Amino acid sequence: MATMPVARRSRGRLMSRNTVVGWSFLLPNFIGFGIFTFIPVGLLFYYAFTDWNVFTGAEWSGLDNFSRLLNDSSFWTALRNTFYYSIFHIPLTLGASLALALLLNRKMRGVAFFRTAAFFPYITSIVAIAQVWNMLFSPSFGPINEIIRAFGVDNPPGWTSSANWSMPAVIIVGVWREMGYYMLLILAGLQTVPAQLYEAARVDGANAWWQFRAVTLPGLRPTMFFVTVMLTIGSLKVFDLILVMTDGGPGQSTLVLTQYIYQKGFKEQEFGYASAISIVLFGICLAVTVVQFLVNKRKDA
Amino acid sequence: MTMLETPPAEVPLNLVKPRRPDRTPNRVGQVLRYIALGILISAVLLPFYWMVSSSLKMNNDVFTIPVKWYPDTVVWGNYVDIWQKSEMTTWLRNTLLLSVVVTFLQVLTGSFAAYGFAKVRFPGRDVLFLAYIATIAVPWQSYMIPQFVLFSKLKLTDTFWSIIALQAFSAFGVFLMKQFYETIPDDLIDAARIDGMNEYGIYRRIMLPLSVPALASLTLLTLVNTWNDYLGPLLYLRSPGLRTIQLGLKTFVSTYNAEYALIMTGSVLSVLPIAVIFLLGQRYFVEGIATTGLKG
Repeated sequence: MATMPVARRSRGRLMSRNTVVGWSFLLPNFIGFGIFTFIPVGLLFYYAFTDWNVFTGAEWSGLDNFSRLLNDSSFWTALRNTFYYSIFHIPLTLGASLALALLLNRKMRGVAFFRTAAFFPYITSIVAIAQVWNMLFSPSFGPINEIIRAFGVDNPPGWTSSANWSMPAVIIVGVWREMGYYMLLILAGLQTVPAQLYEAARVDGANAWWQFRAVTLPGLRPTMFFVTVMLTIGSLKVFDLILVMTDGGPGQSTLVLTQYIYQKGFKEQEFGYASAISIVLFGICLAVTVVQFLVNKRKDA
Repeated sequence: MTMLETPPAEVPLNLVKPRRPDRTPNRVGQVLRYIALGILISAVLLPFYWMVSSSLKMNNDVFTIPVKWYPDTVVWGNYVDIWQKSEMTTWLRNTLLLSVVVTFLQVLTGSFAAYGFAKVRFPGRDVLFLAYIATIAVPWQSYMIPQFVLFSKLKLTDTFWSIIALQAFSAFGVFLMKQFYETIPDDLIDAARIDGMNEYGIYRRIMLPLSVPALASLTLLTLVNTWNDYLGPLLYLRSPGLRTIQLGLKTFVSTYNAEYALIMTGSVLSVLPIAVIFLLGQRYFVEGIATTGLKG
């Protein structure tokens, strides 16, 4: 672009000009994003080590919040419930979305309708669907238990009104709501598997199952990895669904970490303690993601 | 590639092997596929059916033994009553206002920043982008407390500004637009630079017109997201006059907790605008989600 003799000086100038231009593009977004996201994330690591008082603000308290966590049985319940939700929600959603994607990954009549229908729950509001599902789950008058009774079960579950069945109910709704979203991601991934590979496998006499194992699954690996990471973070931070459907109850049967943060922070104004719980959530998400990346790398090698 | 260049191998294979009766298993497979899909999709759609049919029933007919799967007579009264019994008009107006402002800001600042990240080279760019991406993996729930404290100090709580600040600058928009801009060849931009066009001109005259599909995806996804947001308004909007549709619906449910038909009517009304937008712009939803999903 520049003439030879002054190339070096003009490159330096180009660089600094680019820096100014580049930043001018970023700035409108960065100002908002920096203030409203970066700063709070940074503050989190300060607040977690403070004791919060409405009158004096934050006061340094070292590790007090964390040692208090160790003896807080509600915290452990919330932690256990978060894992309970995740352990079922992740594989069930993964399986359902993979099945849907495989069923819908071909040209056939009505495929567009099926895809749209499967995705639809994901874009409808949590408040509305929580109301519907709570009615569907109604123990004595609800349609779901009516169907279950029709199959000859005399004593169908109490769903959201029973401490044992509230978590399964929430998990069902979670899977129902999210499988369409992950189905779209997997469908996009299936498009990237080269058609020639299927052709070659067929020529070699591979049946549908072998084609799936030898071509589809390896081809989908990057997509499935991404989906699993997203799904894991999504499950660990489950919040609004539970808040609206069961509000953590009955008792503490569906209390999860995010909701415990909300309770301590917004209901009891214990910002310091709530920040400490937030750090635990943050740490778990980070650790799980790092482990998944490492495992994925090992498999690649 | 080499596989394509050796078609002759295919011919003898077909000759040696007895021809499989190709049609029949395909037919059976097809039918099984439709049955599986039929069952799955009915299960997916059942809640929506229940929502609409209950909103057209008398309140006493929502819960009966045995369950009534469709209304005896279609009652439209709920759709008249709800406007009197709730502040539906205010809620919808607030939500519409917020959704439009947030979406406008998100698309504008997001696509602008994405151009900087994708097409202008300068030191520190990649590190900053990494920081943006990393925050996508940090759950919002883990920093909502310090964010709330900060917003309180800035006196943003209980104003629409809090929701705008919360939603309008997300990393997601930057990410989506950058993914798209990277598919536009650098040669095109270099050619424009040589022609003497400056970067802002390139953004406005070349990138924006080329990225209409991506802009449409981001617009629709942001619009739906803001419309459906419950947590933001729950934490930040206290005054009844500021309530959004989600928050309003939730308070309505707690007040009229036995008016099942009315609750379902409100739910239908809160979902309806989104359903219409979604059905009209389906393609862009799907493309937007696929773009952000492809490169993790």
